[in-house]
Amino acid sequence: MTASQIAVTLTGIALSGFIAWFFWFAPKGQTRAAAGVGGVQEVAVTVKGGYTPDVIVVKAGQPVRLRFTRQESASCSETVLFPDFSRSAKLPEGEEVAVEFTPDKPGEYGFQCQMGMLRGKLIVE
Amino acid sequence: MVRDPVCGMDIEPRDAAATREHMGQTFYFCSPKCVAQFDADPHQFAPTALTAATAPTPAGSATTGFNPGLSLTRIDLPVLGLKREQDGRGVEAAIRGVPGVRSAHANTGSGAVTVEYDPRRTTTAALAAALRPAGFRAGGAQTRIGIDNLRCTSCVGFIEDDLRATPGVLSASVNVGTQEATIAYLPQQTTLAQLHGVIAEWGYKARPTVSEEPVDKQEAEHDREYRSLFRKFLFAAVISVPVLITAYPQFIPFVRDWSMATLRLAWLGAALLTLPVLFWSGGHFFTGAWAALKHRAANMNTLIALGTGAAWLYSTVAVLFPGLFPAGTSEPFYDVVAVVIALVVLGQALELRAKGRTSEAIKKLMGLQAKTARVIRDGETLDIPVEEVLVGDVVQVRPGEKVPVDGVILEGSSAVDESMLTGESLPVSKQAGDEVIGATLNKTGAFKFRTTKVGKDTALAQIVKMVQDAQNSKAPIARLADTISGYFVPVVMILAVLTFVAWFNLGPQPQLVYALVTSVTVLIIACPCALGLATPMSLMVGIGKGAENGILIRSGEALQTAQAIKTVVLDKTGTITKGKPELTDVIVAGAWAADDLLRLVAAVERSSEHPLAEAIVEGAKARNLVLTDPTAFDAVPGYGVLATVEAHKLAIGNLKLMQREGIGLGTLEAQAAALADQGKTPMYFAVDGLAAGIIAVADTVKADSAEAIAALHRMGIEVVMITGDNRRTAEAIAKQMGVDRVLAEVLPEDKAHNVHLLQAEGKKVAMVGDGINDAPALAQADVGLAIGTGTDVAIEASDITLIKGSLRGVVTAIEVSRATMRNIKQNLVGAFIYNMLGLPIAMGLLYPFFGILLSPLIAGAAMAFSSVTVVSNANRLRAFKPRFSAR
Repeated sequence: MTASQIAVTLTGIALSGFIAWFFWFAPKGQTRAAAGVGGVQEVAVTVKGGYTPDVIVVKAGQPVRLRFTRQESASCSETVLFPDFSRSAKLPEGEEVAVEFTPDKPGEYGFQCQMGMLRGKLIVE
Repeated sequence: MVRDPVCGMDIEPRDAAATREHMGQTFYFCSPKCVAQFDADPHQFAPTALTAATAPTPAGSATTGFNPGLSLTRIDLPVLGLKREQDGRGVEAAIRGVPGVRSAHANTGSGAVTVEYDPRRTTTAALAAALRPAGFRAGGAQTRIGIDNLRCTSCVGFIEDDLRATPGVLSASVNVGTQEATIAYLPQQTTLAQLHGVIAEWGYKARPTVSEEPVDKQEAEHDREYRSLFRKFLFAAVISVPVLITAYPQFIPFVRDWSMATLRLAWLGAALLTLPVLFWSGGHFFTGAWAALKHRAANMNTLIALGTGAAWLYSTVAVLFPGLFPAGTSEPFYDVVAVVIALVVLGQALELRAKGRTSEAIKKLMGLQAKTARVIRDGETLDIPVEEVLVGDVVQVRPGEKVPVDGVILEGSSAVDESMLTGESLPVSKQAGDEVIGATLNKTGAFKFRTTKVGKDTALAQIVKMVQDAQNSKAPIARLADTISGYFVPVVMILAVLTFVAWFNLGPQPQLVYALVTSVTVLIIACPCALGLATPMSLMVGIGKGAENGILIRSGEALQTAQAIKTVVLDKTGTITKGKPELTDVIVAGAWAADDLLRLVAAVERSSEHPLAEAIVEGAKARNLVLTDPTAFDAVPGYGVLATVEAHKLAIGNLKLMQREGIGLGTLEAQAAALADQGKTPMYFAVDGLAAGIIAVADTVKADSAEAIAALHRMGIEVVMITGDNRRTAEAIAKQMGVDRVLAEVLPEDKAHNVHLLQAEGKKVAMVGDGINDAPALAQADVGLAIGTGTDVAIEASDITLIKGSLRGVVTAIEVSRATMRNIKQNLVGAFIYNMLGLPIAMGLLYPFFGILLSPLIAGAAMAFSSVTVVSNANRLRAFKPRFSAR
């Protein structure tokens, strides 16, 4: 093995490790929903190449209102799905659309676009 | 002088060919042609008319007492969610906090808050905004108005402010991107025409948006996106041609004679040419990849951006600094950049086209909605858009018109064709007090009705919502694909890195080039989209197809379970049978004619309130018999009736009555027993003290039940009948219907338990019932199918609702489910195989054995068309035809 081959091999292994860490193991930032006067937990979510914020923490048993605004024309993100709550909403570009439901059981629930390219997580405590 | 709102001509009012009253204004027309155009869509012309110099100020609404002249204004502001509250104190406090508000009284019963405020100091928009922090939202109509040629962003704020200052407007936002204003408003306080007028004051032409329906809006968005993608594709394709020439100079005459120096210059040109391809045609890959990266996520955009980006960077370094690389490795491959982006963008455009067709069913449903309604408010007849109709409005419907929303008839009568919603092919006669359903077609008479449900609450809107939610739900089969696609992209990135290392270490010379090309190919060929699209696209078409055939499938899970059904349990009453007794037999003993006897008997039964009596009267009416009134009538509880009709003394009732009256029955008793064996209810009758015959009544089976049960058999499904009837009656009907198994004498509360017992045999069991008495059994079954009574789609216990009350729907539901699941499996298997084969080949696994190596160009084409194939395959489902055609 030449020196360059060793260098490339080591870099490759390190890069693979980095990719795995970056996408799977690194801790993600969480956003806690703020409860309004009526006890509704509201979060505004921007949809552009992903959901911002994409990890949302809410309390169980209180209504949640997620206000989505899609700021892109790519058709991929035109629908947001909450399969565990059988909720879905069409997100017309530039319009705020609210998705409301009350999670009863604590746990982690995913939300995503129709084909699962964009993903987010709702953590119910 | 006044202005014709259609052609814009100035005319004298007295010379006008016609006039129209619309939204409180009088319009004058120069010719019948203009009137006809106006009548077709008054709303289209009203705004232009408003801006004309002669436009009067629209009068304040008398219904709400709003009058701009008074210093205080009083409005009823509907508040969503207020009805659920214990008291309205939170709402009241929020509203009272707005400066200029004199008083606020919340009424949880009506869900509205009555506000008195000074219109000079505050606006309805401010009131609505004050509700938000308290966790409430103001209800009202929502509309979108298109604004033509809206370019200047600074005008947006002005128009928004003006709209918000308009009385009755709750919120307004203007979107430059879509050139539309979205406005929530109280239809009692303002009209669309006024809103149009506000926009027109800023010198913009307001136009009605394509439609209020999200599906149409989505279609318009798709169309815009498609054209944008196609332009991007064309650009990339055009650039690809010269780039390909420089990439393969050895094959092109004249170019192959270029010197290395010239070629290097040409490559530099290619580098510059491909830059706009990268950042304009393929720009969305990079922005998408970056956005995902910020969320520590990766998707298809990441792969394409990495692949093409790496190819461009390597090529450019190789062209600029050839000395850095071993001899023979400094050749660029800009062709990969241009061609791959062109292909993938084309694939996305085609996919979008195909996707549009998947929501056809919803569009058909929404197309049923009437566009305008003729509302009578304060004695005035107004043609208003259906969105502005309020609960409690009185709406006039003329023959041939659609009923705009749901309501109850106040006066008039008609026959209404409800086939579009209930599948009932014959028009239903309607009188005062009867319910009418929005989107149905009024056939013969004119009537007025009071609206009970509007907007999102109408039966049609609920059906649409239910179908859409189901289309976007998840089938359990998608879970695996979902889990995989969650890990897929990072895995592919790691594979690409390892491929690079392997080729760099073990590959043939020039190793660097091979390593780079193979790893780029790996990045490009992987197609997470095909995996992700496989289930939702088929589900979308399948559930839509169900809806087209009157079958509302509530979720992907219900659809998936329905295909595995092995046993169908049918509730007898109301499911196999009509659920209503009918006259079946008239047996005559003496010299009487059957019709004469029936006439006498029916005349008696007309005075009776027994449910079986009604069946006899209906039966007589069906034979066009004229009924007289009995002169004497005496009901004997537990026995029957004694009466006098047309001077004849009649006795109608059971065996006990005949014995009490001392009437000999002869052979009639045996005949009655035979009828009872067939599941019918026989009644004896005697005329003037002599036995005259038997009349039999039964809950008859629906005409198509036997046919549907036979079809279920052919599909390999066992059919079980469950009923509370006695075994003899049940067996009689079961035999007639061809049912395999009968569960008779089952108490209503035991139905669920019986379903459970069938499940214990290890079969997937579907229960079919009316959804009200059978709710526990429907919930217990693997799939509960409720036979809807018309439009009652909100049957919670059911997984599938059959809105046409026929058992054929069960067959169609299972057929739709089987066809859809087959399609989903094809898609999933196809997508898995594609990636399972594509990735190793791209990595070069075949190279050591066969010398086969995939070109990144072919990888790009394969990737682009794999997702198109998935969507196209889902679209094949649109050709699905049920065994029993819908109508």
